[in-house]
Amino acid sequence: MIIATNVSKSFGKLKVLDNISATCNRSQCIALIGPNGSGKTTFIKCLLGMVVPDSGFITFNDKNIIHDWQYRANIGYMPQIGRYPDNMTIAQVLDMMKDIRKSKDQQLDEDLINEFNLNMLMNKRMSTLSGGTRQKVSASLAFLFNPDVLILDEPTAGLDPVAAEILKEKITAEKKKGKLILITSHILSDLEDMITEIIYMQEGGLRFHKSFEELRADTGEQKLSRAIARVMQKN
Amino acid sequence: MKKIIKYIILDILRNKIVMAYTVFLLIISLSIFNLEDSSGKGLLSLLNIVLIIVPLVSIVFSTIYIYNSAEFIELLVSQPVKRKTLWLSLFTGLAGSLSFAFFIGAGIPVLLFEFSATGITMIVTGILLSIIFVAIALLASVKTRDKAKGIGVAILLWLYFSIIFDGLVLFILFQFSDYPVEKFMIGVSALNPIDLARVLIILKMDVSVMLGYTGAVFQDFFGNQWGIIISGIILTAWAVFPLMLSLRRFNRKDL
Repeated sequence: MIIATNVSKSFGKLKVLDNISATCNRSQCIALIGPNGSGKTTFIKCLLGMVVPDSGFITFNDKNIIHDWQYRANIGYMPQIGRYPDNMTIAQVLDMMKDIRKSKDQQLDEDLINEFNLNMLMNKRMSTLSGGTRQKVSASLAFLFNPDVLILDEPTAGLDPVAAEILKEKITAEKKKGKLILITSHILSDLEDMITEIIYMQEGGLRFHKSFEELRADTGEQKLSRAIARVMQKN
Repeated sequence: MKKIIKYIILDILRNKIVMAYTVFLLIISLSIFNLEDSSGKGLLSLLNIVLIIVPLVSIVFSTIYIYNSAEFIELLVSQPVKRKTLWLSLFTGLAGSLSFAFFIGAGIPVLLFEFSATGITMIVTGILLSIIFVAIALLASVKTRDKAKGIGVAILLWLYFSIIFDGLVLFILFQFSDYPVEKFMIGVSALNPIDLARVLIILKMDVSVMLGYTGAVFQDFFGNQWGIIISGIILTAWAVFPLMLSLRRFNRKDL
Protein backbone atom coordinates (compact mmCIF):
# COMPACT_ATOMS: atom_id res chain seq x y z
CA MET A 1 0.00 0.00 0.00
CA ILE A 2 2.83 2.38 0.90
CA ILE A 3 6.15 1.72 -0.78
CA ALA A 4 9.18 3.85 -0.03
CA THR A 5 12.13 3.45 -2.38
CA ASN A 6 15.62 4.71 -1.54
CA VAL A 7 14.36 7.72 0.38
CA SER A 8 17.14 10.05 1.55
CA LYS A 9 16.94 13.35 3.34
CA SER A 10 19.51 15.69 4.83
CA PHE A 11 19.01 18.76 6.98
CA GLY A 12 22.12 20.72 6.15
CA LYS A 13 25.06 18.42 6.79
CA LEU A 14 23.10 16.05 8.95
CA LYS A 15 21.89 13.00 7.07
CA VAL A 16 18.55 12.21 8.66
CA LEU A 17 17.34 9.49 6.31
CA ASP A 18 19.79 7.34 4.43
CA ASN A 19 18.44 5.30 1.56
CA ILE A 20 15.36 3.95 3.26
CA SER A 21 13.24 1.41 1.42
CA ALA A 22 10.20 -0.15 3.01
CA THR A 23 6.94 -1.73 1.99
CA CYS A 24 3.83 -1.49 4.12
CA ASN A 25 0.72 -3.47 3.32
CA ARG A 26 -2.91 -3.57 4.34
CA SER A 27 -3.79 -5.08 7.72
CA GLN A 28 -0.27 -4.85 8.98
CA CYS A 29 0.53 -3.12 12.22
CA ILE A 30 4.06 -1.88 11.97
CA ALA A 31 6.17 -0.60 14.83
CA LEU A 32 8.85 1.93 13.95
CA ILE A 33 11.49 1.53 16.61
CA GLY A 34 14.82 3.23 17.07
CA PRO A 35 16.78 5.49 19.39
CA ASN A 36 16.06 9.22 19.61
CA GLY A 37 17.09 11.05 16.49
CA SER A 38 17.13 7.96 14.32
CA GLY A 39 14.81 9.56 11.76
CA LYS A 40 11.49 7.94 12.64
CA THR A 41 9.48 11.14 12.70
CA THR A 42 11.19 12.46 9.57
CA PHE A 43 10.32 9.23 7.78
CA ILE A 44 6.69 9.57 8.85
CA LYS A 45 6.65 13.19 7.73
CA CYS A 46 8.00 12.07 4.35
CA LEU A 47 5.10 9.65 4.03
CA LEU A 48 2.73 12.52 4.69
CA GLY A 49 4.46 14.87 2.28
CA MET A 50 5.31 17.29 5.09
CA VAL A 51 9.00 16.76 4.43
CA VAL A 52 10.11 16.47 0.83
CA PRO A 53 12.83 13.82 0.35
CA ASP A 54 16.07 14.84 -1.38
CA SER A 55 16.05 11.68 -3.44
CA GLY A 56 14.01 8.53 -3.77
CA PHE A 57 10.25 8.32 -3.99
CA ILE A 58 7.25 7.10 -2.11
CA THR A 59 4.14 5.59 -3.64
CA PHE A 60 0.74 5.26 -2.06
CA ASN A 61 -1.53 2.74 -3.77
CA ASP A 62 0.91 2.74 -6.71
CA LYS A 63 0.76 6.50 -7.16
CA ASN A 64 3.77 8.69 -6.51
CA ILE A 65 2.92 11.09 -3.71
CA ILE A 66 5.18 13.90 -4.81
CA HIS A 67 2.58 15.81 -6.79
CA ASP A 68 -0.42 14.17 -5.23
CA TRP A 69 -2.34 15.39 -2.25
CA GLN A 70 -5.59 13.48 -2.38
CA TYR A 71 -3.98 10.35 -0.97
CA ARG A 72 -3.87 12.05 2.40
CA ALA A 73 -7.65 11.61 2.59
CA ASN A 74 -6.83 7.96 3.34
CA ILE A 75 -4.44 8.74 6.16
CA GLY A 76 -5.11 9.61 9.76
CA TYR A 77 -2.08 11.20 11.35
CA MET A 78 -1.42 11.75 14.99
CA PRO A 79 1.67 13.92 15.44
CA GLN A 80 4.18 13.53 18.22
CA ILE A 81 3.50 17.06 19.44
CA GLY A 82 0.09 18.22 18.30
CA ARG A 83 0.20 21.89 17.48
CA TYR A 84 -3.08 23.67 16.93
CA PRO A 85 -4.10 27.29 16.38
CA ASP A 86 -4.04 28.75 19.88
CA ASN A 87 -7.16 30.83 19.72
CA MET A 88 -9.49 28.11 18.46
CA THR A 89 -11.56 25.93 20.75
CA ILE A 90 -11.62 22.14 20.46
CA ALA A 91 -15.06 22.33 18.87
CA GLN A 92 -13.85 24.84 16.30
CA VAL A 93 -10.84 22.72 15.38
CA LEU A 94 -13.01 19.62 14.99
CA ASP A 95 -15.60 21.51 12.96
CA MET A 96 -12.92 23.00 10.74
CA MET A 97 -11.41 19.60 10.04
CA LYS A 98 -14.81 18.12 9.30
CA ASP A 99 -15.62 21.04 7.04
CA ILE A 100 -12.36 20.73 5.11
CA ARG A 101 -12.09 16.99 4.96
CA LYS A 102 -15.48 15.35 5.10
CA SER A 103 -17.01 13.99 1.94
CA LYS A 104 -20.75 13.45 1.79
CA ASP A 105 -21.03 9.70 2.14
CA GLN A 106 -18.37 9.42 4.79
CA GLN A 107 -19.13 8.00 8.19
CA LEU A 108 -17.48 9.82 11.05
CA ASP A 109 -15.92 7.78 13.80
CA GLU A 110 -16.48 9.74 16.99
CA ASP A 111 -15.77 6.86 19.39
CA LEU A 112 -12.61 8.41 20.77
CA ILE A 113 -14.19 11.82 21.29
CA ASN A 114 -16.87 10.17 23.40
CA GLU A 115 -14.59 7.83 25.27
CA PHE A 116 -12.09 10.55 26.11
CA ASN A 117 -14.99 12.72 27.33
CA LEU A 118 -13.88 15.55 25.09
CA ASN A 119 -17.48 16.72 24.83
CA MET A 120 -17.11 18.30 28.26
CA LEU A 121 -14.13 20.39 27.10
CA MET A 122 -15.42 21.42 23.68
CA ASN A 123 -15.38 25.15 24.45
CA LYS A 124 -11.86 25.30 25.83
CA ARG A 125 -9.26 27.07 23.77
CA MET A 126 -6.40 24.98 22.46
CA SER A 127 -3.83 27.15 24.24
CA THR A 128 -5.32 26.29 27.64
CA LEU A 129 -5.20 22.54 27.15
CA SER A 130 -2.78 20.27 28.96
CA GLY A 131 -0.36 18.14 26.98
CA GLY A 132 -2.44 15.02 27.59
CA THR A 133 -5.68 16.62 26.44
CA ARG A 134 -3.93 17.82 23.30
CA GLN A 135 -2.86 14.25 22.65
CA LYS A 136 -6.48 13.18 23.07
CA VAL A 137 -7.58 15.75 20.50
CA SER A 138 -4.84 14.60 18.10
CA ALA A 139 -5.88 10.97 18.51
CA SER A 140 -9.56 11.77 18.00
CA LEU A 141 -8.72 13.69 14.83
CA ALA A 142 -6.59 10.86 13.47
CA PHE A 143 -9.42 8.35 13.84
CA LEU A 144 -12.29 10.71 13.02
CA PHE A 145 -12.48 10.15 9.27
CA ASN A 146 -12.18 6.38 9.23
CA PRO A 147 -8.94 6.38 7.22
CA ASP A 148 -7.42 3.23 5.70
CA VAL A 149 -4.02 4.06 7.08
CA LEU A 150 -3.24 5.29 10.58
CA ILE A 151 0.10 6.88 11.30
CA LEU A 152 0.62 7.38 15.00
CA ASP A 153 3.75 9.12 16.26
CA GLU A 154 4.23 8.27 19.94
CA PRO A 155 0.49 7.95 20.55
CA THR A 156 0.59 7.03 24.22
CA ALA A 157 3.24 9.53 25.35
CA GLY A 158 1.64 11.93 27.81
CA LEU A 159 -1.63 10.07 28.12
CA ASP A 160 -2.85 8.86 31.50
CA PRO A 161 -3.12 5.06 31.90
CA VAL A 162 -6.88 5.02 31.36
CA ALA A 163 -6.68 7.07 28.18
CA ALA A 164 -3.71 5.07 26.93
CA GLU A 165 -5.71 1.89 27.44
CA ILE A 166 -8.68 3.31 25.54
CA LEU A 167 -6.41 4.29 22.68
CA LYS A 168 -4.72 0.91 22.56
CA GLU A 169 -8.08 -0.84 22.41
CA LYS A 170 -9.13 1.47 19.61
CA ILE A 171 -5.95 0.72 17.66
CA THR A 172 -6.48 -3.02 18.07
CA ALA A 173 -10.08 -2.68 16.92
CA GLU A 174 -9.02 -0.75 13.82
CA LYS A 175 -6.32 -3.27 13.05
CA LYS A 176 -8.95 -6.01 13.01
CA LYS A 177 -10.80 -4.05 10.34
CA GLY A 178 -7.82 -4.58 8.06
CA LYS A 179 -6.26 -1.14 8.25
CA LEU A 180 -2.58 -0.42 7.95
CA ILE A 181 -1.21 1.01 11.17
CA LEU A 182 2.22 2.57 11.64
CA ILE A 183 3.26 3.31 15.20
CA THR A 184 6.38 4.73 16.71
CA SER A 185 6.82 4.42 20.43
CA HIS A 186 9.47 4.03 23.05
CA ILE A 187 7.12 2.24 25.39
CA LEU A 188 7.64 -1.21 23.93
CA SER A 189 5.26 -2.93 26.30
CA ASP A 190 2.47 -0.85 24.77
CA LEU A 191 3.27 -2.24 21.35
CA GLU A 192 3.67 -5.84 22.45
CA ASP A 193 0.16 -7.13 21.79
CA MET A 194 -0.77 -5.23 18.69
CA ILE A 195 2.10 -5.21 16.26
CA THR A 196 2.81 -7.68 13.49
CA GLU A 197 5.93 -6.15 11.96
CA ILE A 198 8.93 -4.24 13.19
CA ILE A 199 11.05 -1.69 11.39
CA TYR A 200 14.19 -0.87 13.30
CA MET A 201 15.96 2.37 12.44
CA GLN A 202 19.29 3.70 13.58
CA GLU A 203 21.19 6.82 12.57
CA GLY A 204 18.89 7.41 9.64
CA GLY A 205 19.34 3.94 8.21
CA LEU A 206 16.86 1.10 8.19
CA ARG A 207 18.53 -1.75 10.09
CA PHE A 208 15.89 -4.40 9.56
CA HIS A 209 12.27 -4.93 8.67
CA LYS A 210 10.94 -8.21 10.01
CA SER A 211 7.75 -9.68 11.23
CA PHE A 212 7.46 -10.02 14.98
CA GLU A 213 7.58 -13.81 14.68
CA GLU A 214 10.84 -13.67 12.79
CA LEU A 215 12.37 -11.34 15.34
CA ARG A 216 11.33 -13.67 18.13
CA ALA A 217 12.87 -16.61 16.33
CA ASP A 218 16.09 -14.74 15.50
CA THR A 219 16.73 -13.44 18.97
CA GLY A 220 15.22 -16.30 20.93
CA GLU A 221 13.28 -13.83 23.08
CA GLN A 222 9.53 -13.82 23.53
CA LYS A 223 9.07 -10.27 24.77
CA LEU A 224 9.51 -7.34 22.39
CA SER A 225 11.51 -5.28 24.86
CA ARG A 226 13.98 -8.10 25.44
CA ALA A 227 14.27 -8.81 21.72
CA ILE A 228 14.97 -5.16 20.90
CA ALA A 229 17.50 -4.95 23.73
CA ARG A 230 19.28 -7.90 22.16
CA VAL A 231 19.37 -6.17 18.79
CA MET A 232 20.66 -2.93 20.29
CA GLN A 233 23.42 -4.75 22.16
CA LYS A 234 24.56 -6.51 19.03
CA ASN A 235 25.00 -3.18 17.24
CA MET B 1 -10.06 26.74 -1.24
CA LYS B 2 -13.08 28.83 -0.26
CA LYS B 3 -13.39 26.99 3.04
CA ILE B 4 -9.78 27.64 3.98
CA ILE B 5 -10.05 31.31 3.03
CA LYS B 6 -13.13 31.52 5.22
CA TYR B 7 -11.22 30.24 8.26
CA ILE B 8 -8.29 32.55 7.61
CA ILE B 9 -10.47 35.63 7.26
CA LEU B 10 -12.43 34.71 10.40
CA ASP B 11 -9.14 34.38 12.23
CA ILE B 12 -7.85 37.73 10.96
CA LEU B 13 -11.09 39.41 12.02
CA ARG B 14 -10.83 37.86 15.46
CA ASN B 15 -7.53 39.57 16.17
CA LYS B 16 -8.42 43.20 16.15
CA ILE B 17 -5.35 44.67 14.43
CA VAL B 18 -6.96 44.95 11.01
CA MET B 19 -9.98 46.57 12.60
CA ALA B 20 -7.74 49.09 14.38
CA TYR B 21 -5.89 49.74 11.12
CA THR B 22 -9.16 50.51 9.36
CA VAL B 23 -10.28 52.92 12.06
CA PHE B 24 -6.86 54.57 12.08
CA LEU B 25 -6.93 55.12 8.31
CA LEU B 26 -10.48 56.41 8.55
CA ILE B 27 -9.58 58.97 11.22
CA ILE B 28 -6.51 60.15 9.30
CA SER B 29 -8.23 60.52 5.96
CA LEU B 30 -11.30 62.22 7.39
CA SER B 31 -9.24 64.68 9.39
CA ILE B 32 -6.98 65.47 6.43
CA PHE B 33 -9.90 66.17 4.14
CA ASN B 34 -11.47 68.38 6.77
CA LEU B 35 -8.25 70.29 7.48
CA GLU B 36 -7.25 71.13 3.92
CA ASP B 37 -9.31 73.76 2.14
CA SER B 38 -9.33 72.02 -1.25
CA SER B 39 -9.90 68.32 -1.56
CA GLY B 40 -7.20 68.05 -4.23
CA LYS B 41 -4.63 69.19 -1.70
CA GLY B 42 -6.13 66.82 0.82
CA LEU B 43 -5.64 63.94 -1.56
CA LEU B 44 -1.98 64.87 -1.95
CA SER B 45 -1.40 64.95 1.81
CA LEU B 46 -3.26 61.69 2.21
CA LEU B 47 -1.10 60.17 -0.52
CA ASN B 48 2.08 60.86 1.40
CA ILE B 49 0.71 59.23 4.54
CA VAL B 50 -0.74 56.28 2.66
CA LEU B 51 2.56 55.58 0.91
CA ILE B 52 4.25 55.17 4.30
CA ILE B 53 1.57 53.44 6.35
CA VAL B 54 0.01 50.97 3.91
CA PRO B 55 3.26 49.15 3.05
CA LEU B 56 4.39 49.14 6.68
CA VAL B 57 1.19 47.68 8.09
CA SER B 58 0.77 45.21 5.23
CA ILE B 59 4.28 43.78 5.39
CA VAL B 60 4.64 43.64 9.18
CA PHE B 61 1.17 42.31 9.90
CA SER B 62 1.38 39.66 7.17
CA THR B 63 4.81 38.45 8.22
CA ILE B 64 3.78 38.10 11.85
CA TYR B 65 0.52 36.49 10.84
CA ILE B 66 2.27 33.85 8.74
CA TYR B 67 4.63 33.00 11.59
CA ASN B 68 1.76 32.79 14.04
CA SER B 69 -0.16 30.48 11.71
CA ALA B 70 2.66 27.95 11.76
CA GLU B 71 0.42 25.57 13.70
CA PHE B 72 -2.48 26.07 11.35
CA ILE B 73 -0.24 25.48 8.33
CA GLU B 74 1.28 22.38 9.90
CA LEU B 75 -2.13 21.01 10.74
CA LEU B 76 -3.50 21.50 7.24
CA VAL B 77 -0.44 20.25 5.39
CA SER B 78 -0.95 16.79 6.91
CA GLN B 79 -4.55 16.82 5.65
CA PRO B 80 -5.79 16.24 2.11
CA VAL B 81 -5.20 19.85 1.14
CA LYS B 82 -2.97 20.95 -1.69
CA ARG B 83 -0.07 23.07 -0.54
CA LYS B 84 -0.72 25.50 -3.34
CA THR B 85 -4.32 25.89 -2.21
CA LEU B 86 -3.23 26.51 1.36
CA TRP B 87 -0.63 29.11 0.43
CA LEU B 88 -2.85 30.95 -2.02
CA SER B 89 -5.64 30.94 0.55
CA LEU B 90 -3.32 32.55 3.08
CA PHE B 91 -2.40 35.13 0.48
CA THR B 92 -5.99 35.78 -0.50
CA GLY B 93 -7.12 36.03 3.10
CA LEU B 94 -4.41 38.51 4.02
CA ALA B 95 -4.49 40.54 0.81
CA GLY B 96 -8.28 40.55 0.83
CA SER B 97 -8.69 41.74 4.39
CA LEU B 98 -5.93 44.37 4.19
CA SER B 99 -7.26 45.71 0.87
CA PHE B 100 -10.74 45.78 2.30
CA ALA B 101 -9.46 47.65 5.34
CA PHE B 102 -7.77 50.16 3.06
CA PHE B 103 -10.90 50.55 1.00
CA ILE B 104 -13.07 51.24 4.03
CA GLY B 105 -10.49 53.37 5.84
CA ALA B 106 -9.12 55.50 3.01
CA GLY B 107 -11.19 54.61 -0.05
CA ILE B 108 -14.59 55.69 1.21
CA PRO B 109 -13.44 59.13 2.46
CA VAL B 110 -11.67 59.68 -0.88
CA LEU B 111 -14.84 58.76 -2.75
CA LEU B 112 -16.85 61.12 -0.55
CA PHE B 113 -14.58 64.14 -0.83
CA GLU B 114 -12.80 63.70 -4.15
CA PHE B 115 -14.80 61.52 -6.46
CA SER B 116 -12.64 61.80 -9.56
CA ALA B 117 -10.37 59.72 -11.78
CA THR B 118 -7.44 60.76 -9.57
CA GLY B 119 -9.24 59.65 -6.44
CA ILE B 120 -10.06 56.29 -7.95
CA THR B 121 -6.47 55.86 -9.17
CA MET B 122 -5.35 56.50 -5.64
CA ILE B 123 -7.70 53.84 -4.22
CA VAL B 124 -6.63 51.28 -6.81
CA THR B 125 -2.95 52.00 -6.16
CA GLY B 126 -3.42 51.73 -2.41
CA ILE B 127 -5.07 48.34 -2.83
CA LEU B 128 -2.28 47.26 -5.20
CA LEU B 129 0.32 48.35 -2.65
CA SER B 130 -1.43 46.32 0.06
CA ILE B 131 -1.38 43.24 -2.17
CA ILE B 132 2.28 43.78 -3.19
CA PHE B 133 3.48 44.03 0.38
CA VAL B 134 1.49 40.99 1.44
CA ALA B 135 3.24 39.08 -1.36
CA ILE B 136 6.65 40.38 -0.27
CA ALA B 137 5.85 39.44 3.33
CA LEU B 138 4.96 35.90 2.24
CA LEU B 139 8.29 35.63 0.47
CA ALA B 140 10.21 36.97 3.47
CA SER B 141 8.49 34.63 5.89
CA VAL B 142 8.82 31.51 3.76
CA LYS B 143 12.53 32.11 3.24
CA THR B 144 13.48 32.52 6.89
CA ARG B 145 12.63 29.93 9.49
CA ASP B 146 13.40 32.14 12.46
CA LYS B 147 10.55 34.40 13.47
CA ALA B 148 12.59 37.31 14.81
CA LYS B 149 14.82 37.25 11.76
CA GLY B 150 11.84 37.11 9.42
CA ILE B 151 10.14 40.09 11.03
CA GLY B 152 13.46 41.95 10.99
CA VAL B 153 13.83 41.27 7.28
CA ALA B 154 10.29 42.50 6.67
CA ILE B 155 10.96 45.77 8.50
CA LEU B 156 14.27 46.25 6.71
CA LEU B 157 12.57 45.70 3.36
CA TRP B 158 10.00 48.33 4.22
CA LEU B 159 12.75 50.70 5.31
CA TYR B 160 14.59 50.08 2.06
CA PHE B 161 11.56 50.67 -0.13
CA SER B 162 10.32 53.78 1.63
CA ILE B 163 13.50 55.56 2.74
CA ILE B 164 16.82 54.03 1.71
CA PHE B 165 15.86 53.67 -1.93
CA ASP B 166 15.35 57.43 -2.39
CA GLY B 167 18.77 58.03 -0.91
CA LEU B 168 20.32 55.54 -3.31
CA VAL B 169 18.62 57.19 -6.28
CA LEU B 170 19.95 60.60 -5.25
CA PHE B 171 23.38 59.14 -4.68
CA ILE B 172 23.54 57.57 -8.13
CA LEU B 173 22.20 60.75 -9.64
CA PHE B 174 24.87 62.98 -8.12
CA GLN B 175 27.67 60.57 -8.79
CA PHE B 176 26.77 60.19 -12.44
CA SER B 177 25.36 63.65 -13.12
CA ASP B 178 27.79 64.13 -16.01
CA TYR B 179 26.43 61.14 -17.85
CA PRO B 180 23.07 60.60 -19.54
CA VAL B 181 21.56 58.25 -16.95
CA GLU B 182 17.87 58.92 -17.66
CA LYS B 183 17.13 55.63 -19.34
CA PHE B 184 19.04 53.79 -16.69
CA MET B 185 17.03 55.58 -14.02
CA ILE B 186 13.79 54.32 -15.52
CA GLY B 187 15.02 50.81 -14.95
CA VAL B 188 16.03 51.73 -11.42
CA SER B 189 12.68 53.27 -10.58
CA ALA B 190 10.96 50.03 -11.52
CA LEU B 191 12.78 48.47 -8.57
CA ASN B 192 10.61 50.18 -6.01
CA PRO B 193 6.84 49.66 -5.88
CA ILE B 194 6.26 52.53 -3.46
CA ASP B 195 8.02 54.97 -5.75
CA LEU B 196 6.11 53.62 -8.73
CA ALA B 197 2.82 54.01 -6.92
CA ARG B 198 3.67 57.60 -6.12
CA VAL B 199 4.66 58.29 -9.72
CA LEU B 200 1.49 56.69 -10.99
CA ILE B 201 -0.82 58.82 -8.84
CA ILE B 202 1.08 62.05 -9.38
CA LEU B 203 1.13 61.55 -13.14
CA LYS B 204 -2.62 61.22 -12.90
CA MET B 205 -2.86 64.34 -10.73
CA ASP B 206 -0.65 66.30 -13.11
CA VAL B 207 1.25 68.20 -10.42
CA SER B 208 4.73 67.97 -11.87
CA VAL B 209 6.34 69.75 -8.90
CA MET B 210 5.70 66.68 -6.81
CA LEU B 211 6.99 64.22 -9.35
CA GLY B 212 10.50 63.76 -7.98
CA TYR B 213 13.37 62.66 -10.14
CA THR B 214 12.18 59.21 -11.15
CA GLY B 215 8.72 60.59 -11.82
CA ALA B 216 10.06 63.34 -14.03
CA VAL B 217 12.09 60.83 -16.00
CA PHE B 218 9.03 58.66 -16.34
CA GLN B 219 6.89 61.51 -17.60
CA ASP B 220 9.59 62.67 -19.92
CA PHE B 221 10.11 59.24 -21.41
CA PHE B 222 6.63 57.82 -21.60
CA GLY B 223 4.35 60.82 -21.40
CA ASN B 224 1.45 60.79 -18.93
CA GLN B 225 -0.72 58.10 -20.47
CA TRP B 226 1.96 55.54 -21.16
CA GLY B 227 3.69 56.34 -17.90
CA ILE B 228 0.56 55.38 -16.01
CA ILE B 229 0.04 52.18 -17.98
CA ILE B 230 3.65 51.05 -17.73
CA SER B 231 3.91 51.76 -14.02
CA GLY B 232 0.61 49.93 -13.51
CA ILE B 233 1.98 46.87 -15.29
CA ILE B 234 5.20 46.89 -13.30
CA LEU B 235 3.23 47.22 -10.08
CA THR B 236 1.18 44.15 -10.97
CA ALA B 237 4.39 42.27 -11.66
CA TRP B 238 5.58 43.29 -8.19
CA ALA B 239 2.59 41.48 -6.73
CA VAL B 240 2.80 38.40 -8.93
CA PHE B 241 6.53 37.62 -8.81
CA PRO B 242 7.10 37.52 -5.04
CA LEU B 243 3.92 35.45 -4.70
CA MET B 244 5.06 32.93 -7.33
CA LEU B 245 8.53 32.70 -5.80
CA SER B 246 7.13 32.17 -2.33
CA LEU B 247 4.72 29.54 -3.63
CA ARG B 248 7.54 27.63 -5.27
CA ARG B 249 9.54 27.79 -2.08
CA PHE B 250 6.58 26.73 0.07
CA ASN B 251 5.89 23.72 -2.14
CA ARG B 252 9.31 22.32 -1.29
CA LYS B 253 9.44 23.46 2.30
CA ASP B 254 9.90 20.97 5.14
CA LEU B 255 7.43 21.46 7.94
